[in-house]
Amino acid sequence: MSETSASDEILTTADGRPLKEALARAQFFAKRRAFFLVLPLLAFILLTFVMPIGQMLHRSVKNEGFTVHTDVTTGARTPIMTELSAWFDQNPSGTVPDEAAYTALVNDIGALDGLRSAGSAGTRINYLRAGSRSLFTKAARKWEKLEAPYQEAFYDLDDEWADPTLWAAMRQASNSYTFDFYLAAMDYTRDAEGSVTQVDENRQVYVKLFVRTLFLSLLITFMTFVLAYPIAHLLATLPLRHSNLLMILVLLPFWTSLLVRTTSWMVLLQSQGVVNDTMVGIGLLADESRLQMMYNQTGTVIAMTHILLPFMVLPLYSVMRPINPSYVRAARSLGATSWTAFRRIYFPQTVPGIGAGALLVFILAVGYYITPALVGGADGQLISNLIAFHMQKSLNWSLAAALASLLLGGILLLYWLYDRLVGIDNLKLG
Amino acid sequence: MKLRTALMATVFTSAAFAANAQEVTVMSWGGAYTKSQVEAYHKPFTAETGIKVNSVDADNPAAPLKAQVEAGNVSIDVADVEFSDAIRLCDEGLLEEIDASMLTAAPDGTSAADDFIDGAINDCSVGNIVWTTLIAYDTNVYGDNAPSTMADFFDTETYPGKRGMRKSPKAMLEMALMGDGVPAAEVYDLLETEEGIEQAFAKLDSIKDDIVWWEAGAQPPQLLADGEVTMTIVWNGRIFNAIASEGQPFALIWDGQIYDLDLFVVPKGAPNKDEAMEFIKFATSTGPLAEQASWIPYGPARVSSIARVGTFHNDDSIDMGEHMPTAPANLTNALQNDFEFWADMDSELSERFNAWLAN
Amino acid sequence: MALPKHADRLERVWHYTYLVICALIFLFLIAPILVVMPLSFNSEPYFTFTEKMLKFDPTGYSARWYDLLLTFGMQAPDVPRDSSWWSDTWNNAHWIQATKNSIIVGFFSTILATGLGTVAALGLSRPEMPGRRAIMAILISPMIVPIIITATGLFFFYSSVGIQNWGIPYLGVVLAHATLGIPFVIITVTATLVGFDHSLTRAAASLGANPARTFFKVQMPLILPGVISGGLFAFVTSFDEVVVVLFVGGLDEQTIPRQMWNGIREQISPAILSVATILVVISILLLATVELLRRRSERLRGISPG
Repeated sequence: MSETSASDEILTTADGRPLKEALARAQFFAKRRAFFLVLPLLAFILLTFVMPIGQMLHRSVKNEGFTVHTDVTTGARTPIMTELSAWFDQNPSGTVPDEAAYTALVNDIGALDGLRSAGSAGTRINYLRAGSRSLFTKAARKWEKLEAPYQEAFYDLDDEWADPTLWAAMRQASNSYTFDFYLAAMDYTRDAEGSVTQVDENRQVYVKLFVRTLFLSLLITFMTFVLAYPIAHLLATLPLRHSNLLMILVLLPFWTSLLVRTTSWMVLLQSQGVVNDTMVGIGLLADESRLQMMYNQTGTVIAMTHILLPFMVLPLYSVMRPINPSYVRAARSLGATSWTAFRRIYFPQTVPGIGAGALLVFILAVGYYITPALVGGADGQLISNLIAFHMQKSLNWSLAAALASLLLGGILLLYWLYDRLVGIDNLKLG
Repeated sequence: MKLRTALMATVFTSAAFAANAQEVTVMSWGGAYTKSQVEAYHKPFTAETGIKVNSVDADNPAAPLKAQVEAGNVSIDVADVEFSDAIRLCDEGLLEEIDASMLTAAPDGTSAADDFIDGAINDCSVGNIVWTTLIAYDTNVYGDNAPSTMADFFDTETYPGKRGMRKSPKAMLEMALMGDGVPAAEVYDLLETEEGIEQAFAKLDSIKDDIVWWEAGAQPPQLLADGEVTMTIVWNGRIFNAIASEGQPFALIWDGQIYDLDLFVVPKGAPNKDEAMEFIKFATSTGPLAEQASWIPYGPARVSSIARVGTFHNDDSIDMGEHMPTAPANLTNALQNDFEFWADMDSELSERFNAWLAN
Repeated sequence: MALPKHADRLERVWHYTYLVICALIFLFLIAPILVVMPLSFNSEPYFTFTEKMLKFDPTGYSARWYDLLLTFGMQAPDVPRDSSWWSDTWNNAHWIQATKNSIIVGFFSTILATGLGTVAALGLSRPEMPGRRAIMAILISPMIVPIIITATGLFFFYSSVGIQNWGIPYLGVVLAHATLGIPFVIITVTATLVGFDHSLTRAAASLGANPARTFFKVQMPLILPGVISGGLFAFVTSFDEVVVVLFVGGLDEQTIPRQMWNGIREQISPAILSVATILVVISILLLATVELLRRRSERLRGISPG
């Protein structure tokens, strides 16, 4: 211990070091030990998760379709459209393309033909201006036959080469880094002068899908809340022996494979499925007017509510269990009706659980892919399905990355909210 | 002790994955079509050369092929793709070139170049079959009042019930126009104009609420069998399998069929390129092409094979020739897919199609 | 949840209505799981209960779909069932391959997730841990980020580093599944550590044990139920995962969910339902294990289950 005398003002430890210093040192070692315990996992997650996601998000702003050709076998990178870029650099935006521009264009297209990248260059422009890909592929097939004056030659080839939006698009694409994909992800595009405008009515799809995803996720969250609250209350108020048994009915779906549950719903909800057959069998429905519950939004909502229900029950249960029943009894004894007692005493105590469950369900619902893909049909598709489409079918990876980063941004915001309100360390899974 | 066991387990399982020197991975469309290829190409090829064939499936092999080549992570050696995709992928430099001189000649001596039908031999692809997209319906539902033309497909009042359609603009837009009364010869000219495209979408709009969309080839016969739809667009081979092998009460409407060619391609950077070429050489020779026709009614892409087309492998009473897209009786109002049109317009029309779907 | 003696008629009516509502909700929860089980024994290739099945006619039921799981993908399924048939099944049947792959991937990813996660949870549960909130957020993030984003990011990343050329089979999928399972391990182990009495470690130290010995002899046995629970969660996550496998898995890395995904889109035959039934039975067994462990830990801590 320490020795104090009237003249000594600093406390020291047994070996003479000032106590504060010794404490700080000990704490430093303890912190370092704790940190080193976490370090392997942190490094692992940073490497296998954070870095890949970061790399993918980088794709959302960088697209080299019109600037660099990468050979698929050797990986060699060759700059393309160099002469045209130079012309764009020398001439400000809005300049009408002259003969020099078209000469640069024909030389560059010749280079494209040699590298066989006319298609991918054209695809890059196609993202900005529909129908442009075919212009490039046609030009690449026929460039050798073109003669000066090239402006005329190109107009003869296809009069769309005169379109100022095409030139604006090419100017835009000459820069590897761009925000165009974010614009596209929000249904905006650039017009001939390069300013931002909305995409045609009949092409607007992404904002609609974001809104639909938001709406359906809110609906599903609400429905899981409505269904989970009664059974969580029942489970929390029954003696542990009984509630553990009933809990199996909640945990079994939770542990069952997602595909199995989705398949079960397909079996149940089909036109000739179990639910419809039962209702026709007992006479509720006529055979011709079977309910259409599959391959539409109804199917998505029902299946996802079922799948996400345990995620709402478990947090609610863990909050309701420790609630002392004597509060409600005290309220009743003071003259409250059972509804008032519930509304003013019981319900407010469960609000943290509702918040936790609702945020969890909402965040999961927004990112769902499998269930809408199998039972959603065309109008039950969520934004994840469109991201998957751009990843796997249309192969517009930059747009997929832009959509994904918008989705991720929204979710991280909610996650931050969740942390603020509930605290991540308070997440209990029953 | 536990560590040792774990280590041994790891070593044991790694040993189980000793690399197979001789194998080739072929990607196709799944279901009855892959089965026909396994029986007609894969098994005889392995029997003859000893090279193991791994068969993998996708809804449309062109997309995963492109994704793999562009990501630099190619695991398939041969893929079976539609004509317009084969041309487009070759244009973009994503396919290996195939030396046409290595293809086997016909047994009677005709050179491969003469024996293959038009369009079957290209720089990067070799044709294998002619297939078609057409309409199938449930006879139990329609009984006496059976539909018979493309226009009937779009007529939900006279022929009530849901419709199945492929979730892709390819062939769907042409059929919409034909269902609207446009003669087959004018369809592609019309589709190159904005009015034509809008007309096609408007026709699709007229039955939009009744459409159930499918992506995998095996889905439409399943949808018909389940009763989810009463009429559907389907690939003729798959529906034939449902009728002949499973005894389902379906019938076909050949009016407005859109036929196309399928070809074998080799992706750039394929891990087993030589085995891939050997496989293509074998699979596109006269015998195997004729053999696949006994499993599924897809027309062989070689004249010498067409001559050899016989009966269904399981049932001698069914003559496969009658069920092929190119049988004269079936060609009354047929349209050949314009591969150039789709090679150019696929991405743009797909985008429009998706937007239309989502609205 | 007994009805209090002073309840009036309205309350009684509400009470029984409430019980009925709860019963219906439980039915909603469990019906889809249970309905596939009898359907998997359907002798017809349909997804609905046939007449014969409803009358409990034995000819309406058959185990043919379970048999199909063994034969699908074999070279020669119709020969008599001798040892060569079994070796053919073992090597070639798609579902058997898928099962093998699922178990291998699940096993290794669970080991990785549980090992790293437990150690990290030990560090995180210490009060002196710096930056706890932020680090916890990063570690839990794989559970929150939409799976499609994770899958696409991993696809590009693994392709760019060429992970398929490193010669270690399943590496990409195992790493990805470990990443996805780690949040579960962290959550369960930190929850267990919350109730851990740290004076036990101090007592062990005062008796002369070094930290490692303390960990293995004192802490580990007490937190073991939490670790196993977390490990089970991680295993189930990996076993059930399909999106990442679709994107990242190689062509010979078909797991059970991926095979099911193919099957759902290709041939919706009741074979899928047989797999579903088997998986449900396995889930029940796992659930029972978790419950037994929980009871054991409560016994150890001296709490009786009420």
